[in-house]
Amino acid sequence: MAGSFWCLVEDDRQGNPKKVMAEVLGEAGRLASQAGGQAEAVWLTDKATEAGIKQLGEWGAKRVLLLENPAFAPYRGEVWAPVLAELCLKESPQAFFGAVTARQREAMARLAARLGAGLSADSTALALEDGTLVATRPVYAGKLLSKMTWAKMPWLATLRPNVFKPADSQQGAVAPVEKPAVTLPAAVMSLVERREDSSTGLPELAEAEIIVSGGRGLKGPENFAILESLAKAIGAAVGASRAAVDAGWRPHRFQIGQTGRTVSPKLYLGFGISGAIQHLAGMRTSKVICAINKDPEAPIFKIADYGIVGDLFEVAPLLEQEFKKLLEK
Amino acid sequence: MKILVMIKQVPDTATQVKIGPDGKAIDTAGITWIVSPYDEYALEEGLRIKEKRGQGEVVAVALGPDRVKEALRSCLAMGADRAIHLNDPAWERADTLMTARALAAAIKQEAPALALFGRQAIDDDMGAVGAAVAELLGWPCASWIMEESVDEAGKAIRVGRQVEGGLELFDLPLPAVVSAQKGLNEPRYPTLKGIMGAKKKEIKDVKAADLGLTAEAPALSVIKLETLPPRPPGRIIQGEAADAAKELVRALREDAKAI
Repeated sequence: MAGSFWCLVEDDRQGNPKKVMAEVLGEAGRLASQAGGQAEAVWLTDKATEAGIKQLGEWGAKRVLLLENPAFAPYRGEVWAPVLAELCLKESPQAFFGAVTARQREAMARLAARLGAGLSADSTALALEDGTLVATRPVYAGKLLSKMTWAKMPWLATLRPNVFKPADSQQGAVAPVEKPAVTLPAAVMSLVERREDSSTGLPELAEAEIIVSGGRGLKGPENFAILESLAKAIGAAVGASRAAVDAGWRPHRFQIGQTGRTVSPKLYLGFGISGAIQHLAGMRTSKVICAINKDPEAPIFKIADYGIVGDLFEVAPLLEQEFKKLLEK
Repeated sequence: MKILVMIKQVPDTATQVKIGPDGKAIDTAGITWIVSPYDEYALEEGLRIKEKRGQGEVVAVALGPDRVKEALRSCLAMGADRAIHLNDPAWERADTLMTARALAAAIKQEAPALALFGRQAIDDDMGAVGAAVAELLGWPCASWIMEESVDEAGKAIRVGRQVEGGLELFDLPLPAVVSAQKGLNEPRYPTLKGIMGAKKKEIKDVKAADLGLTAEAPALSVIKLETLPPRPPGRIIQGEAADAAKELVRALREDAKAI
């Protein structure tokens, strides 16, 4: 339906939409109201929960297209993309948004190819200009912004987590659920096993609101314990610079930067990180950036909102104490 | 076993980029070009698969103007057997879809068992071409792989794909598309012998017409490039460590409302 702004639901594999959906639905709702349309959720899952469906309604979905089938878990592109394309061809949505997550970035790319439509991946802003959607994306290691537009509908985009304003939860709002019939393609890939990362008890980097990150200034792998302790105190995830990862101090999945993860937390605290361009590429869109570094000339101070020129081994434990005092109040 | 590795030539990360006169593309004068780092992981993995099996062929494929030959040459120096250069003015403003269509057509002609990509190119960071090619070919696809093994018969590949909070191990029948994540391997440096040998290896020029393709309008196009809005000037908190820590926490709570 023209005027439909679809949002592909990212869930926790237990039948509940993830927090990032508040952002995707919030943005879709804002644009849809300008366009005289509505935000709608499209959910491919093996099992949805009542609470999860309710949550989508409260985040502003005016309709939930629920496709519940064991074939949808685990995510496999060859199963998801044809189903999403079939829905698009049947209903002609105006836009279809996803979140930048492992499965959605791939699913949306496959969908775009199948439909012959454009996809703006990892978008950091969306706006309607003269009735057409314009996406903003960081390019060239975040040194430039590219404004992009589509030749035709549906406008496909994935949204960078933590950048868009989440929907205000509307208590009691209920979205009608529809269960469209679709042709289910045969799966070609088969899951052998899922290996969970050893749990650090800390949040996942891409989802964390606060990130504490360490670089070469930490001098060795054992000193990440200092940052982990601080992170535990404030509910932060722990990241690392390429220098720290290449030195073998942290596994690669913790690397923030151009050849690592792109993060956009509310608060980024960098310890002993110089701020090479390739690091900035992965954290530049963080809302508040703090840098603690011995070297007053470190490039990270150029983009930091707050800086302390000093010894991180002295400053980090002091910060932990101060944060604890604040949070205990 | 034939393996195709799709690579892209991109500006070196450290290079200054300036917006060109049309406002839609960068000014390429004076730019240092490299093979996109993730594509090097893909190429390295292709070479390792071939070496492990003791036979096979690794072909590097790139789309772009004449300068891209240099990137293909460095792939040949690393050990690729030959290269294919999709070089045609029809692809001058190729977006993800057009690029994917061209690569898919080239892959179809070559009919490899495996098509390797980097997880994304570090210029436009779109990260969509590999999956789009898989869709166009009707092949299975695993993105962001951290490990792989091809079975002895060369009929299937087992991959570990990085997902939030873990790794998912999948079996894919070949032919398939996979994209490389950092951590998959450590790419080799070309040896002097490799560099000398690369000069004799074939780089085949392919035009759009050779693939039965014509110029098309992009599905997604750049309206304009912009420089970043300046971040408001930061504040260096002075004083003894204990006072500075206290003041930083206060400022984060009361001024920035970040905690």
